[in-house]
Amino acid sequence: MSNITSLSLTSLVNNIKNKKLSSEEITKAFVDRSEKSKELNSYISEDFSNAIDKAKKFDKNPNLDLKLPGIPMAVKDLFCTQNIKTTAGSKILENFIPTYESTVTQNIWNEGAILLGKLNCDEFAMGSSNETSFFGNVLNPIDKGLVPGGSSGGSAAAVSGQLTPVTIGTDTGGSIRQPASFTGIVGLKPTYGSCSRYGIVAFASSLDQAGPMAQNVEDCALLQEVISSYDKKDSTSIDFKRNEYSKELTKDIKGKKIGIPKEYRIDGMPKEIEDLWQKGIQYVKDCGAEIIDISLPNTSYALPTYYIVAPAEASSNLARYDGVKYGFRANGENLIDMYEKTRSEGFGAEVQRRIMIGTYVLSSGYYDAYYLKAQKVRKLIKNDFDESYKKVDAILTPSTPSSAFKIGEKKDDPVSMYLNDIFTVPVNLAGLPAISIPAGHDASGYPLGLQIIGKVFKEQEILNIAYAMEEKISFKNKITDWWIK
Amino acid sequence: MTIDKSEYLIKRHNKVYEVVIGLEVHAQVTSNSKLFSSSSTKFGAEPNTQVSLVDAAFPGMLPVINEFCVKQAIKTGIGLRAQINKRSVFDRKNYFYADLPQGYQISQFKYPIVGEGTVILDMQDGQKEVGIERLHLEQDAGKSIHDMDPQNTLVDLNRSGVALMEIVSKPDLRTPNEVSVYIKKLRSIMRYLGTCDGNMQEGSLRADVNVSVRLKDTKKLGTRCEIKNVNSIKFMQMAIDYEANRQVDLIEEGKSIDQETRLFDTKKNETRSMRSKEDAHDYRYFPDPDLLPLEVNDEFINELKLTIPELPDDKKKRFIEEFKLTPYEATILVSDIETSKYFEEVIAKMGKNQDIKLAVNWITGELFAVLNNKNLEISQSPISAKNLAKLVNLIKNGTISGKIGKTIFELMMDGDKDPQIIVEEKGLKQESDPKALEALIDKIINENQEKAIEYKNGKEKLFGFFVGQAMKISGGKANPQLINEILKKKL
Repeated sequence: MSNITSLSLTSLVNNIKNKKLSSEEITKAFVDRSEKSKELNSYISEDFSNAIDKAKKFDKNPNLDLKLPGIPMAVKDLFCTQNIKTTAGSKILENFIPTYESTVTQNIWNEGAILLGKLNCDEFAMGSSNETSFFGNVLNPIDKGLVPGGSSGGSAAAVSGQLTPVTIGTDTGGSIRQPASFTGIVGLKPTYGSCSRYGIVAFASSLDQAGPMAQNVEDCALLQEVISSYDKKDSTSIDFKRNEYSKELTKDIKGKKIGIPKEYRIDGMPKEIEDLWQKGIQYVKDCGAEIIDISLPNTSYALPTYYIVAPAEASSNLARYDGVKYGFRANGENLIDMYEKTRSEGFGAEVQRRIMIGTYVLSSGYYDAYYLKAQKVRKLIKNDFDESYKKVDAILTPSTPSSAFKIGEKKDDPVSMYLNDIFTVPVNLAGLPAISIPAGHDASGYPLGLQIIGKVFKEQEILNIAYAMEEKISFKNKITDWWIK
Repeated sequence: MTIDKSEYLIKRHNKVYEVVIGLEVHAQVTSNSKLFSSSSTKFGAEPNTQVSLVDAAFPGMLPVINEFCVKQAIKTGIGLRAQINKRSVFDRKNYFYADLPQGYQISQFKYPIVGEGTVILDMQDGQKEVGIERLHLEQDAGKSIHDMDPQNTLVDLNRSGVALMEIVSKPDLRTPNEVSVYIKKLRSIMRYLGTCDGNMQEGSLRADVNVSVRLKDTKKLGTRCEIKNVNSIKFMQMAIDYEANRQVDLIEEGKSIDQETRLFDTKKNETRSMRSKEDAHDYRYFPDPDLLPLEVNDEFINELKLTIPELPDDKKKRFIEEFKLTPYEATILVSDIETSKYFEEVIAKMGKNQDIKLAVNWITGELFAVLNNKNLEISQSPISAKNLAKLVNLIKNGTISGKIGKTIFELMMDGDKDPQIIVEEKGLKQESDPKALEALIDKIINENQEKAIEYKNGKEKLFGFFVGQAMKISGGKANPQLINEILKKKL
């Protein structure tokens, strides 16, 4: 089989189970392609030779009852991996090697998968273009000079460029869905509390959620099934009945009510996004679903609310990186001087900006006006969804207000960068599940995504809708392998 | 400055100032593991041997509440007759310090687990109620060690994450003595409950002391200063005395008092400014997003209520009613749970026909003196309750005199010896045979005819001489009561 890396996860698993392919063959294929794809800068750390050793070991005594038998997989470098460097894309953790494993990655290895390496991301997951990584920006396999989105930019590029069959990212304000949309792949942000946050480097604790990124909906469902678990080590993990998402996947969405929120029709939205949305509406209709116009009146407050809540939590979460216990330390005259130098040199500009914003909004005298107000608005945004879900089963929107932009295009304009998250952020604030699926191309041939937002714990529902739409859309990613010499 | 029995007032130029004191007591929760991790809390371990990844704030580590610590806090709240809040919230108190690995302390700010309550102080001139403002749970920090290395500060994280209860009083205290009684009462209640061992030397109990002064009989509170982290009752009293006088002096000089945090220098016996209000930390409190609000229901609280033992106030009431103790005696015996246990065991072992008064006198007299001298806790008493009960019974039933009892008591301390055996071995049994004693007295009167005549002629003092002779000749074994009776008859 010459084209192993273009196979879906599901088909790789079947090939292993039918003994048509060995784990070693598959692993070597992805390692080989990853080696040839260094220009994309998807990886921060590679663990290729170990991966091949593990694959050989798997083949000697294969357990074919597992869900990911001998499947190689690279993961976002925000997940702590035992004895493997974990940097969060930051200089301050440049040489940090955890002695522990995140629950989500442990779940993956428990099902037989093999770690390929750690994927690049925006520093501490703060960014929408993967340009804030201390380890350099990632290139979008779609075209030269294009950002892959962020913060899970390395993850999106690695799936889209076929360096890994599937991967996991984290999504605080759109960090799975936006890069998935920019690279023409599927990305799911699960309900808050579905996947354990234990062992994931924290950005904004009340919003962070791990999720799968894949070439298609079926693969996405399978990976979600593996990573979602109740975990006592995370007090915000929720003990609810989880579906066998891949087994229960169905294209039958007849009679489902799909809401179209008018507030997502924002000023200055490109016509091609509007057209894509209309096409999406037609697809779900074609599948037998019913379209219902809804209103989410507080949508316009979501972005400012997010950019208060997330930096506030981040400013506190990142206080532990102080040079005292682990990670980068700069020399200082005294303790305060050491702190200042360590954090000035260890954190990049965007992280520092958010720490400053977060510190400001929590300061006495400003707390009520910013943080407390934002928490109240957050509740209103959640109420909007609750109200709508009395009428509809899911909500359909564009994933992003534009296709992937050029590297450097928005780097010095944080507000324009933040606007990228306008459709994804409300979902995190409300703790809901949402999936982005590739649904078309813009004039330049760059992929565009549609987002399906579900009710809490109803991952199965949005996966089913996405699965049905996927067939109608029959999206083909235009990957030319331009980076492979 | 004058101190009455009950009042502590500062006088300057015909003006009389009253001192207003409130305490924030930090009590370490008795628990095997920390508030949000499973590391051990044992005192005195090698540095950094009781530190989990959570305690050291490694990336991606999350706090998980220790239910036992929650129970301990609620039990303490019940002991303080306080409101138990069914919903409380953990907040982050953000500040940078080398021994604070997270860069924030998890505490409770707006919504503490325990609300208002009351502590009753037994003062010499009656009872005084002190209001409790709140009790909340929080993490302790680690320890910075500045004097072990000439170049570096070393950090020990064993204490990092240990559960503390911060118990905040209302500004109801007025004298250093009340502060002492209040701290002792709090400690007593928590030791009864088993929620804090109250060991001030090991830092299990420390306090921030808020002090302000105002003219007597005025209502408005003065500007307060907070004296941080005072770790003994004596130092608290010294710090209050210094600080109150400093504030009065400032007012008398026409100066104003700055609201500030001060430190007590135990060597110089003075408080010093640590940071002013302007320099005060902005802790940027906000609810910890890693933890859900802490919710408990009535069932949970009621089950804990069933585990609450008889507390000092109730025990005191019972001792007064059941054993006819004076309030003073009862207060002493209930102040420490171990003392009360010892006392009740003595009473139980004494059996029928017991002399409780006598037992109380022996415990609060001889036994306390010995414990004080040897610096022992009552749980380490060299004489067991069982043997002390036997000794009291031997005196009560006339086998030995009280005086001989003291001799025997000394001998008992060597290995908790049975007093009965000592009496037999040493032949110390009291002579209570009236005939033998009459013979003895006849002999004494015979040998001291002149004195007997003097006595009969009105020199009553000489009675003691005859008693003394009888005791001397009998080697202290003569029953003093009988000697008295017989002498009166014969002389």
